[in-house]
Amino acid sequence: MSERILVLGATSGIAEATCRVWARQGASLVLVGRSGEKLAAVAGDLKARGAKFVETLVCDLDETSRHPQLIADAVNALGGLDVAYLAHGIMGDQQQSEESFDAAAQVIYTNFLSPVSLCTLLSNYFVKQGRGVLAVISSVAGERGRKSNYVYGSSKAGLSAFLDGLRNRVDRLGVTVLTIKPGPVKTAMTMGMKGSEKFADVDKVAATIVAAIRAKKDVLYVPGIWAIIMFVIRHIPESIFKKLNL
Amino acid sequence: MTGTPPFEPWGRYPKYNATVVPLQWQSDFPAIVSRNGGMHNGALAVGMGRSYGDVCLLKDGNLMVTTGMNRILEWNPETGILKAEAGMTLAQILDFCVPHGYFLPVTPGTKYVTLGGAIANDIHGKNHHVAGTFGCHVPEFELVRSDGTKLICSPTENPDWYAATIGGMGLTGVMTWAKLKMKPIVSRKIDYEGIQFHGVDEFLALTEASKNVEYTVSWIDCSSTGKNFARGVFMQGDHTRNPGELKPSPEPKLVFPIEAPSFMLNSASVAAFNTVFFHKQMKKRVTALQDYEPFFYPLDKVLKWNRMYGSSGLLQFQYAIPWEHAREGTIAILNEVAKSGLASFLAVLKAFGDVPSPGMLSFPQPGITLALDFPIKPGKSFPLFDRLASMTLEFGGKLYPAKDARMTAAQYQTSYPQWQQFLKYKDPLLSSSFWERVTREA
Repeated sequence: MSERILVLGATSGIAEATCRVWARQGASLVLVGRSGEKLAAVAGDLKARGAKFVETLVCDLDETSRHPQLIADAVNALGGLDVAYLAHGIMGDQQQSEESFDAAAQVIYTNFLSPVSLCTLLSNYFVKQGRGVLAVISSVAGERGRKSNYVYGSSKAGLSAFLDGLRNRVDRLGVTVLTIKPGPVKTAMTMGMKGSEKFADVDKVAATIVAAIRAKKDVLYVPGIWAIIMFVIRHIPESIFKKLNL
Repeated sequence: MTGTPPFEPWGRYPKYNATVVPLQWQSDFPAIVSRNGGMHNGALAVGMGRSYGDVCLLKDGNLMVTTGMNRILEWNPETGILKAEAGMTLAQILDFCVPHGYFLPVTPGTKYVTLGGAIANDIHGKNHHVAGTFGCHVPEFELVRSDGTKLICSPTENPDWYAATIGGMGLTGVMTWAKLKMKPIVSRKIDYEGIQFHGVDEFLALTEASKNVEYTVSWIDCSSTGKNFARGVFMQGDHTRNPGELKPSPEPKLVFPIEAPSFMLNSASVAAFNTVFFHKQMKKRVTALQDYEPFFYPLDKVLKWNRMYGSSGLLQFQYAIPWEHAREGTIAILNEVAKSGLASFLAVLKAFGDVPSPGMLSFPQPGITLALDFPIKPGKSFPLFDRLASMTLEFGGKLYPAKDARMTAAQYQTSYPQWQQFLKYKDPLLSSSFWERVTREA
């Protein structure tokens, strides 16, 4: 049987690459994003690559009041749900966030509050069903606040902690919660950034994510080296850390 | 493009600063043009940056990188027509199409180029004598101008724009998608044959005898003189007719790890390499059943092999000389190279056929083409390049913009007289360092 997958933020670079892996495996997909035109381009590509079924739903995921209907529509289109994949998020502008609470609040709304709303609804759906996988993209940036992007980082830290707790609650009820913590990945979002030549290949990251979902893992650092890097960074004493330029 | 600014092309020369602007969606251009205040200093759409010289650079301008625009829009397994966004690479097309029993109609020696780049440079392959250029297999594409105009181009719809854009070096607008007519195959294997030869006349005789073989190309030793002058290996192949595996060849694993010190590539080491390569094939004639990967892309196996030439880089010199002077021109140029004592590792000789290119400014024309690469040593290799360029023009030939970084404006304008006709189709926002160099003065 083909997997029935809901993808939130389907036009992001990592999400699109992940969907291509699923399409080749003949999965059924509902794609959610803000732009109908972009969703149509992604959907056409996935159909050509072998997806069994693709439907698109246009929604700004900041509108949390629309989430219950959105999930109902997706479940209805797919005739059930096996995997929900949350990939939406914004990088924000650290400098703007330092100057304006509104800018910081926007980052935290999109990266933390919106996923909390979706995860609450989806995990309750999966609990009722007695099974399901909730896979959520957080970030290694959530492991420790750094001056270069602590607003983005703290939104992801909040998300990671929320997912830890949610996993603790629903794991015994048959529901898998996977926290995905990518390091820097080569996508349109990071193109031209300093050192982007060395960033991880998005297709390899996508293949790793699909494998982790299938294996029902809890936490995935991708590429794996980031587990070691972040272990070290978490253990630098604050008296030293605060003086570092990170 | 490779690396962070300053940007460098595949040959790593020249290097220029530029701003990177990703084009990820078909609607991004020209929306980003107005968003960025008209993009001062101009713009150029680029793909993988695999052109050797400055045709994929724009000094201090905006490089719009199209590789995120790599979606399949339509696929018809009956007709073999693929409609895809222009940033899809030939590697990605092969990964998709080989399992369906289709192969690229024309492929260059690397699969790491984009569909848009292949059309913009109207590239050619080992089957030029039977299949013509890449553009011959592109029934339709969309061109978007910086003022927002969209043009569907085909041999019958906007045919003048079609002709200007194929081989138009990305200067007529941004290509958002293109259709490509793929070629059916029954196996990923190639029936290969390698034949040793001595001299240009033997090469020409083998070329004549292999008219009906789809793929032919020759490696030639251009460091030897005397009785070994212009010795080489004539390589030919056809897609095998015996049904077999239709899985893409596996991805290369090797990455050339470091920048080689330039002393590693001197005339002695190249002469040694050439001798080994010539005699690697022990017999006069060998046959083999080969995967398409080593047959078409032997160098892709060593990703970033351009590092072999160190940070100063390499430059290719590729000419096309019409049949009228092809034999004498080739002998004269090979003599000049051998005499210079400068080493070329990868000298490739091939006869172009007479299938006409659809492009106004396309490089291939009936005759002989020779590609040589040299490490860049400004005091030594540049004077040789300049001599070879003048000789090429004297023999009625022309150089390949995708591999050039040295041609003078006068040389370009003499050998590509259609350039003035082309000006009518050039987008006012788009330019390249190549274009600025060759149109600067008369």
